[in-house]
Amino acid sequence: MKVCMFHLMPYRELPQDFAQRYNSAHIDPLWFDVADADRVGLYYNLTLDELVYAAKAGMHGVCTNQHHQNVYGFMANPSLMGSILAKMTNGENTAIIQIGSTLPSTSPPIRVAEEYAMIDCISGGRLVAGFPTGLPSDATISNGVVPLDQRERYREALDLVMKAWSAKEVFAWNGKHYQLPAVNLWPRPIQQPHPPIWIPGSGISSTAEYVVDHDHCFCHLSYQGAKNAENTADRYWELAAKKGRDANPYRFGFLQLVGISETDAETEEYARHAEYFYHNLLHTPSYYQAIPGCLEYNALKQAVANPTRNFNLREMKFKDLVERGFVIVGNPKSVREQLLEAVKRLRIGHLMTLLHFGSMPSALCRKNIDLFTREVLPHLAPLWDDEWEDRWWPQRLRETRRKPAVAGAA
Amino acid sequence: MAQEQKRLALWQGKVETEVEISGDGPPLLYLHGPWGLAPDLPFIARLGAAHKVLAPRHPGTSSGAPNAAHAIDTFWDLVVYYGELLDRLDLKSVPIVGHSFGGLVAAEIAASMPERAKRLVLIDPVGLWRDDYPVKNWMIMPDAARPQALFANPTGEAARKFFAHPDDKDARVASIVSFVWAQACTGKYVWPLPDKGLKNRIHRIAAPTLILWGKQDGVISPVYAEEFARRISGSRAELIDEAGHLPHLERGEQVASRVQRFLAGA
Repeated sequence: MKVCMFHLMPYRELPQDFAQRYNSAHIDPLWFDVADADRVGLYYNLTLDELVYAAKAGMHGVCTNQHHQNVYGFMANPSLMGSILAKMTNGENTAIIQIGSTLPSTSPPIRVAEEYAMIDCISGGRLVAGFPTGLPSDATISNGVVPLDQRERYREALDLVMKAWSAKEVFAWNGKHYQLPAVNLWPRPIQQPHPPIWIPGSGISSTAEYVVDHDHCFCHLSYQGAKNAENTADRYWELAAKKGRDANPYRFGFLQLVGISETDAETEEYARHAEYFYHNLLHTPSYYQAIPGCLEYNALKQAVANPTRNFNLREMKFKDLVERGFVIVGNPKSVREQLLEAVKRLRIGHLMTLLHFGSMPSALCRKNIDLFTREVLPHLAPLWDDEWEDRWWPQRLRETRRKPAVAGAA
Repeated sequence: MAQEQKRLALWQGKVETEVEISGDGPPLLYLHGPWGLAPDLPFIARLGAAHKVLAPRHPGTSSGAPNAAHAIDTFWDLVVYYGELLDRLDLKSVPIVGHSFGGLVAAEIAASMPERAKRLVLIDPVGLWRDDYPVKNWMIMPDAARPQALFANPTGEAARKFFAHPDDKDARVASIVSFVWAQACTGKYVWPLPDKGLKNRIHRIAAPTLILWGKQDGVISPVYAEEFARRISGSRAELIDEAGHLPHLERGEQVASRVQRFLAGA
């Protein structure tokens, strides 16, 4: 299997009373009230350093993502981060996983096709092209996209990007949402006709159907842990089977928060960072995400008839987060066992680990990466490969045998 | 009182819409706001005392045809669509009453096809913008803030009815879905701000116009009553006491009688 490091690039030093000051991580927090540009400059650099450190320690891929106007993660343009990572990991067998730029809020969307092609060229064909629809608040509030148009724009934009990457002739695009007189993309990705496509979704809806129909990789980016994702994974595999797809685990990606300490007792070192993440960064009231129109009609009916369980995150302590499986923590052996069980249960081919979360300082993040790559990764990596090929991984990296992970290599 | 429902297929068959027809008298076109036609039915019944009220549902909000919301691409198309609807209802020149989003559509019809609007009544319409009085985005309000924004009396009878959903599970789901979906379908044309250029076209309105505004409107300030009035020649603005953004529900009798008097030529 493939194991990657995901980073949100959060604000790491919010004021103690942030949760009292703001009822939302998105839209409302005022920059000049809580943030400092010098510190943010440091965070961007630390984020890049931590991802490069993970790549050099043996993680198979590094993941960036796009969010706006919030404290929880603000790589406003993930291609800026991805291009630096591509350059800094040249010579490593690391996939650059952009998961990614949000098409509906990028106009025209071939800007994303160009940026991704640049990253693929700079990295020597190591790009994984992720295409999230984007959080409703990001698309509709921060970027002004009409809620009812978000998914329509997404599908049209993705069709346009795919055509722009591989078309042999100049073409005109006369779409409902985008019109371009002459599309002749420079550069094109090294990976032809297109890099591997990963598409994130928070549940099984029209997005998951789209992914299976198009034979892409579906990534369930949940913050509630593998334990709470069994139903979603089961429904995904049912959907894939129903549509005649094989059970190749590499069709499925999953995100998991992980914290490893030398002993179980020492995992308390992650407590305040996990609570910071769930209490401050993840707290978004539903009126900023359940915006009328962001769910298409059938999905809306489904959501109203079967409301998902809403945890009150601000009331959950570290102990609860661990007990309920939101965060996997423990000594190396324990984490290894928990992850192996989860990976097998959900049939995860691409595991994205959040080894930095919340207010975690860089030193702890690096220790987490060290322990993970030394004690856990070697036990996960051999899974699935005897039976399944990863068709959703950059071709050039599929052919390269991975060098053994080296503890703390930097 | 005569009552019937017509289902029309418009826009090259891509939009099916239901038109509720009720009341007796000369015809009147009623255009509903962002929350669908259902909450406005009691007000329509009041207007029906002196008019045959024709109340179409905006595209996408009719039963069984939610995807009609995707068939009308632009605001311009929406106005042309309403021209087609008037043709199909054989309304050459008709008084038009519109609330909130429906008020904007009514104003656009009257500006782009002045001959079609005999008289115009705009109840708390959206469509203009002042930086010093930004219109609140009704689609991203916390549930707890909604009654306060929409009603002068957030715990009164009108508010209670407006937010109530049936107890029966299926009926409840249907009611919530239609409440949310109606906002999606109408919001499509006014997102992210309800200023789509009416200010450039509003001078074309030739119909005698009455502007009614709830004094405690928490979505769009009553200062907009004057904004509309000074841009539409021959119009007048009246404020409704003890009413918010939905004065036709909160002060239904008073609003209906003001509309009737105006339509009668007073």
